[in-house]
Amino acid sequence: MAQVLKEKIAALDKLAPGVFKMTLKSEIIAQTALPGQFVNVKCSEGLNALLRRPISICNVDRDSNTFDIVFQIKGIGTEYLSQKKVGSEVDIIGPLGNPFRVEGEFKKIAVVGGGIGIFPLLNLLKASSAEHKDAFLGFRNKELIVLEEEFTQASDQLFISTDDGSAGHKGLITDLFINEIDKKKYDIVYTCGPTPMIKKVVEIAHKNNIRCQVSLEQRMGCGIGACLVCACKTRLGDEWEYSHVCKDGPVFWSNEVIFD
Amino acid sequence: MNNNVDLSVNIAGLKLKNPVIAASGTFGFGREYAEYMDLNKLGGISVKGLTLKPRQGNKPPRIAETPAGILNSVGLQNPGVEAFIKEEIPFLRQYNLGIIANIAGNTIEDYCEMAEILGDADIDAIELNVSCPNVKAGGIAFGTSCAGISEITKRVKAYCKKPLIVKLTPNVTDIKETAKAAEDSGADAVSLINTILGMAIDIHRRKPILANNMGGLSGPAVKPVAVRMVYEVSKTVKIPVIGMGGITTGEDAIEFLLAGAAAVMVGTANFVNPAACLDVIHGMEAYLRQYHIGCVSEIVGKLELNQ
Repeated sequence: MAQVLKEKIAALDKLAPGVFKMTLKSEIIAQTALPGQFVNVKCSEGLNALLRRPISICNVDRDSNTFDIVFQIKGIGTEYLSQKKVGSEVDIIGPLGNPFRVEGEFKKIAVVGGGIGIFPLLNLLKASSAEHKDAFLGFRNKELIVLEEEFTQASDQLFISTDDGSAGHKGLITDLFINEIDKKKYDIVYTCGPTPMIKKVVEIAHKNNIRCQVSLEQRMGCGIGACLVCACKTRLGDEWEYSHVCKDGPVFWSNEVIFD
Repeated sequence: MNNNVDLSVNIAGLKLKNPVIAASGTFGFGREYAEYMDLNKLGGISVKGLTLKPRQGNKPPRIAETPAGILNSVGLQNPGVEAFIKEEIPFLRQYNLGIIANIAGNTIEDYCEMAEILGDADIDAIELNVSCPNVKAGGIAFGTSCAGISEITKRVKAYCKKPLIVKLTPNVTDIKETAKAAEDSGADAVSLINTILGMAIDIHRRKPILANNMGGLSGPAVKPVAVRMVYEVSKTVKIPVIGMGGITTGEDAIEFLLAGAAAVMVGTANFVNPAACLDVIHGMEAYLRQYHIGCVSEIVGKLELNQ
């Protein structure tokens, strides 16, 4: 069950321009968080940047009771967070959200991530006991490639693409994913990132009868399922309804979600 | 010395153990918050705005953060009044708190039918939502004119067996007039303010952030406006006033009480701090102790204007 926690920053590292990894000491999160879950982080001292920022858990270390979040500076909240001092406390609520399904029935798995959507996928790869794990990560350019070493260690094979071709394949990460499908016969693909990429991965997965889980993003209010702002369309029989990313998600089965 | 402070209030027959009510639309039906706080500590809850039939609400994005506030355009997503009675009242009744059913509709008939359906339900009051800025039909359309408020208040009152609270919109020229119209038409209390209609623009996309283009502003940014309006209304009407708008601390709540509110609602603060209502209660208690005030109702309307 999620809790409001004040946790100490154990480390804060700049991974790329505007991208930071924060390691927080937290027994509760480290011991209970599941892959795909997030924490809702207070990103100011006062009343500006009023809302908490939902940030997915990138890694948990059960031995040292720490966990990592990685965030990109997007505005005043993340700017504030990037300037926190090691040893100071951060006010978080977590672990929140519906996690990825990583049980043993899936022997060959793939993760497809883009940009800041890659982070929950690292935690998933580490938690999965699948026999074969491939990671497909897309970035805008070489400078923004982060956690390459961690993803290499957590997967059997890592594929990278950049929009400008400054590293890896030039073009869409889904191009690389399509190339591997026939060879690898994945049981499931997990995806998180920009909506166009997610839609493409879902389309490929459905065409090839691969099960697929998506982690969605939407502007949130409370993060705990009360305010109902983070709506996303999901199927309800032949009809549809608005589910909520924070509590019903962020992880959904691809066939539950309706992409407009 | 007796340290006990009497926080209990009676708002037109709605008896609450303390004057802090979770505001409609920010607290669901209490379920999510029960994980973070003891709901027994709350004075009351005004539940998510109910409609006759379930509603899906507006397209996302439904929220935009603005300086010290938020804009929302949820659009009354809710399971409908029948589901509320069946599923949510039994849940809430496990706790010792006042239950206020906030109702909204497209037509006056919708409101009347809901008041009638709720007549036999185990609730403590009805809050008439004639001030939601986020739905196309009904809602705020009734709340922006005295004639509209009068008609809907009179007609719903005829079906209403519980205290009727009319929730007022700040999106009017003179809120004193709409408050008076509510009082004259049989409202037992008024609550204010609902959100202030606003807009936030993504300058890179040159589009509003909210899919609905406009939304309701709430949070600390609106507090001075809300305090002023509560003051004006409480000087105008004799029925109790429930004040809200940007309350995050006990000190904020005391401002509203001094301005004339008999009770307060806490809304947006719940999103930031799930136990915000409890912090407000504790803060009020501390203030009353500091000034050796034994009973919270003693400070209601005790504002002294500068001469």
